[in-house]
Amino acid sequence: MLPAIEVKHVSKRYGHVHALDDIDLKIHSGEFFALLGPNGAGKTTLISIIAGLSLANSGDVTVMGHHVISNYQDARLNLGVVPQELVFDPFFTVREILRIQSGYYGITGNDRWIDEIIERLDLSDKADTNLRALSGGMKRRVLVAQALVHKPPVIILDEPTAGVDVELRQTLWDFIKKLNQEGHTIVLTTHYLEEAETLCNRVAMLKQGKIIALDSTKNLIGTMTSGQSVKLKILPDDLPSALHPLRIAQMHGLHELRIEDYAHIEVILSALRASKVQIVEMHLQQPDLEDVFIKLMRKNKEPA
Amino acid sequence: MTGFFTLLYKELLRFWKVGFQTIMAPMVSTLLYLLIFFHVLEAHVEVYPQVPYTTFLIPGLVMMAVIQNAFANSSSSIIQSKISGNIVFILLSPLSYQAIFLAYILASIARGLLVGLGVYIVTLIFFDIPLQLPVWALLFVVLGSAILGALGLIAGIWADKFDELAAFQNFIILPLTFLSGVFYTIHSLPVEWQYLSHLNPFFYMIDGFRYGFFGISDISPYISLAIVAICLLMISMLAIQLLKKGYKLRH
Repeated sequence: MLPAIEVKHVSKRYGHVHALDDIDLKIHSGEFFALLGPNGAGKTTLISIIAGLSLANSGDVTVMGHHVISNYQDARLNLGVVPQELVFDPFFTVREILRIQSGYYGITGNDRWIDEIIERLDLSDKADTNLRALSGGMKRRVLVAQALVHKPPVIILDEPTAGVDVELRQTLWDFIKKLNQEGHTIVLTTHYLEEAETLCNRVAMLKQGKIIALDSTKNLIGTMTSGQSVKLKILPDDLPSALHPLRIAQMHGLHELRIEDYAHIEVILSALRASKVQIVEMHLQQPDLEDVFIKLMRKNKEPA
Repeated sequence: MTGFFTLLYKELLRFWKVGFQTIMAPMVSTLLYLLIFFHVLEAHVEVYPQVPYTTFLIPGLVMMAVIQNAFANSSSSIIQSKISGNIVFILLSPLSYQAIFLAYILASIARGLLVGLGVYIVTLIFFDIPLQLPVWALLFVVLGSAILGALGLIAGIWADKFDELAAFQNFIILPLTFLSGVFYTIHSLPVEWQYLSHLNPFFYMIDGFRYGFFGISDISPYISLAIVAICLLMISMLAIQLLKKGYKLRH
């Protein structure tokens, strides 16, 4: 099947800095995909190149099979981008700007869809307000609305929830999830890893312009972490020798023990009881994307 | 085509919504020029036989207003969008480079013509100004404002700061305008200055425009028309090329 986005050998330099170094990436139609990485890893540069806002030094990018340079009009018709910066046109109201935006994409009489987006993004009260008068969160909603006026099959959101309150985050993700269910391909960048973990089926991690991990969220967590564990603070602070093989780490007075499943906890508890050791504190650890992220970012920290 | 018309509509609305600043203010300042020159020079200067100085001056001032406002429109629109970042909406859209170019230029022509027409209509109340060959006048005012619209587009794309745009305006556009024969005919100049004036493309716009009013000009209107048309073509090609390459727009 035709990939929604295909990035082939893309490199981008700013002076001597390799912002992107030979990136290869295929995002399939219907995916909910996350681009993760620390600040300066190249996420926004990659998005800009896909959107045609930046030009790669080498390599090719297609959106729904359309080359973003040689066939830029078709590529852009298939793409909606929510930029990271909170930009707006101060001359117009929300509804005016959405009509204008529709016009750029060759669409007239788009009022029904515009009304739907306005309602879904909770902008109804502000539809006839000038953009200048909107709060940051509201402007962010308008940016999302603008990216959606032409119902693009591929939607890219560059940190859409940065500095956004919990309610909007919920509204936004509900809407985006629905769009994904309807067949839109979603690509997002975020610093909130739990968002990526709950929403996305696949993740690419970038560091210093390179993709250092690319897999399904589940596989990444499965292969890159040591699985579930339990952290215990005990009195006296002397772990029974039977439990030593399970110990993964010991710090801040906490012993971290690997567990296969929840039933395994009972085994540990009875071993402690048998040795008359009391439990002062206990935390269950579920491995998450954050663990993977931190591990990968540390692992790749060796000097270039 | 919808995309092009939308951008044109947006660009027209952009200056229309702030009409006091973009139309009324330049009209007032142009009329002030006229008032001062009329008061000081009317009795002393005769440029063409049988044409009073003020009558001679008015087409020049109208063209000057057209030039300045056509330039101001595209340049300020682009640089404002660049600095506030909302140019991204145009860059992300499937609008063709030609459509973007044409929309900005037509909006510039519209604003230039509106201000010019406004000045002309007000002066008609006080002065009797012939308009012998209106088609010639219209041709030059449209081509002239198109050239300035394209120059404004280039300047807006090139400038990173308002300061740089102001430099472009004050050190290039303004001298070229003032030294193009707005206030005088170049025949009143020393020979070497006449020669230099011929290198100024703005001279041909104003001379040709004035021909439309009086049927008299410093040089043949056909030559002026050819030079102005070639200028427009070259500047337009440059502007479209910059848009296509994404110069200072797509990094």
